[in-house]
Amino acid sequence: MSEAGEAAVDAVEAVAERIEAERSHLTELDSAIGDADHGGNMARGWAAAAEAVAELDDPDPATVVKTTGKTLLSEVGGASGPLYGGSLVFASPELSDGLTAESAVAFAETYLEKVQDRGDARVGDKTMVDALTPAVHTFKKSIETDDVEPIEALSKAVAAAERGVDFTVPIRASKGRASYLGWRSVGHQDPGATSTLYIMEALLDVATEHVEVPDELPDHADSPTIPDAEADDD
Amino acid sequence: MKKLINDPDDVVDEMLDGMVAAYPDQVRRLADTNVLVREDAPVDGKVGIVSGGGSGHEPTHAGYLGDGMLDGAAAGEVFTSPTADELEELVAAADGGEGVLMVIKNYEGDVMNFETAGEMVEMEGTDVAQVVVDDDVAVEDSLYTSGRRGVCGTILVHKAAGAKAAEGADLEEVQRVAQKVIDNVGTMGMALTSCITPEKGEATFDLPEDEIELGIGIHGEPGVERTDVMEADEITEELTESVLDDLDLDGGREVMTIVNGMGGTPLMELFVVNRKLQEILGDHGLETWDAWVGDYMTSLDMDGCSITVCAVDEELKELLGASADTPALTVK
Repeated sequence: MSEAGEAAVDAVEAVAERIEAERSHLTELDSAIGDADHGGNMARGWAAAAEAVAELDDPDPATVVKTTGKTLLSEVGGASGPLYGGSLVFASPELSDGLTAESAVAFAETYLEKVQDRGDARVGDKTMVDALTPAVHTFKKSIETDDVEPIEALSKAVAAAERGVDFTVPIRASKGRASYLGWRSVGHQDPGATSTLYIMEALLDVATEHVEVPDELPDHADSPTIPDAEADDD
Repeated sequence: MKKLINDPDDVVDEMLDGMVAAYPDQVRRLADTNVLVREDAPVDGKVGIVSGGGSGHEPTHAGYLGDGMLDGAAAGEVFTSPTADELEELVAAADGGEGVLMVIKNYEGDVMNFETAGEMVEMEGTDVAQVVVDDDVAVEDSLYTSGRRGVCGTILVHKAAGAKAAEGADLEEVQRVAQKVIDNVGTMGMALTSCITPEKGEATFDLPEDEIELGIGIHGEPGVERTDVMEADEITEELTESVLDDLDLDGGREVMTIVNGMGGTPLMELFVVNRKLQEILGDHGLETWDAWVGDYMTSLDMDGCSITVCAVDEELKELLGASADTPALTVK
C-alpha cells in the first residue's frame, strides 16, 4: 500500500477510536441541545468506516476518503450522514492526484463548502461550521501565505477549530435541531463542532506519526485536546 | 401497549415484503434495500418521480407507486429519513433517460439525504430536480424542521407531477407543476390521541382523555395548541379556517380537498368532518371540484385527522383528475 494510502486508512481508524472514546461526551453534549444520538451515531458510523477502508485493496487516499464518506452516509443517517459523509464523498476527488499540501487545501475547502451548502449554515449559527471554517481558513493561509510545513499548518488548524468550538458555547443556535431551543441553546457547546474538532485532532495525531516532524513545532501539536474533553475522556 | 408486530427492528422490512406480496404486479423491491419501485421501472422516455421518507405514514409513500404517480419510493425506519445511499439507488432506479424529480417533505434529515443522493446521481450523468413540500400551515418551525412541515399535501404533488410525467412532459415542466401544487396547497391536522411507535411501545406525548391537540405533525411532534375536546364540527372549523387564512383565496375559486385520517380514526368520523368542511367552503364562496376522504398520510395509529385544501385551475384539475393506477389510489 502507498504511504499516503496507508496514512489515510490509519487516519480513519484513529478517528473511529477517538470518536468511540468521546462517545458518551458527545451524547451528553447532544442531550443538552439535541436528541442525544450524536455520540452513538458517529461512533457506529466511524467504526463501520474503519472496517470498510481496512478491506480496501491497495487504496489511494481519494478512495479511502470516498469509502469513508459512503459508509457514513449509510450508517449515520439523519442530518449527520449527509453532512459528514456526503461532504467527504464530494470532496474526495480533490485527492485523486495524491495527497499533497495543495490537494489537502483544495480538499479542505471543498469539504467546508459542501458542509455549508448542505446545512445552509454559516459561522455563528452554532454548528460544526463554527469549528470547520476557522480551521480550513487557517490551514489554507498557513500553507499558501505563511509557507509553513503541512504538519504545522494542520496543528494551527486544530487550534483554530478548538477556538471555534469554544465560540459555540455563548451563542444562540440558528441552524440544526438546537435552533428549536432558541435562547435556551446559549451556554451549551455544540456537539457537531466538537466532533469535528475530535476528527481533526485524530488526523493531526496520525499525520504526526506519518510525516517527518520539523524541529520547531508549536507546543499544541503534542497534546491537541481541549480541557473539558479531557475531563470526560473515559 | 399491544401491537401487531414481531421484533420492532423488523417492522419496516417485514412491511415492505408484505406490500410486495400484496401487489406483485405493481411493485417490486430493490435487492438489499428498503426501496420499492413500480414493477416496470424505469419507464423508458418518461421523467421518473420519486419520493420517500420515514415509515409510519402508510400508504405513503410506496402505496402511490404506479401509472400516473410515483416510480420509486424509499422507506426509512419509523419516522426517520432514508439514508442517502438508499435514496441514490432509488433515484437511479427511476431514471428512464429523461431525468428524475425528487418530491421531498420538508424535514431537515429528508432534505439533506435527498439532496446528497441527488448530487451523487447527477455526478453519474442523470438529470435530477427536486421540490420540497411544506404545506402544514400550523407551524413555522417544528421539532423536525425549519420552515413549514410537509404533510398530506404531498399526495397531490405526487399526483400532479406523476400525471404530467405520464403525458411525456420534460423534467422542468414536471417540476413546475409540482411546485404549482405546493404554492396552492395548505394542510392542518389535529390529534385525539398520540401515536405509539413500535420502538417505544408507548404514547409519544401525553394527551389527557378530555383534551385534543391542534396543529400536530405526522411524527407525534407537538402541535400549536392544546384545547378541551370539541365536537367534530368545531374541530373542522378550527382546521379549515386556519388553512383558508393561510391560502387567502378569492371567492369563486375552485378547490380540491382531502380529509385525511391519521391512522386510528374510523372513516365514519372522517365523513362527518368532510360534511362540515364542504359546508364551510360553501360559506366562503369556494367551489369544491373534488373531495377525497380516507387514510392517505398517516401517523401510525394516531387518532385524528388533517384537512388539506388545494386551489385548482384548469391545468391542475386536468392533472389531479388524470388517471392513476396505484395500490392506494386509483383515479379513472
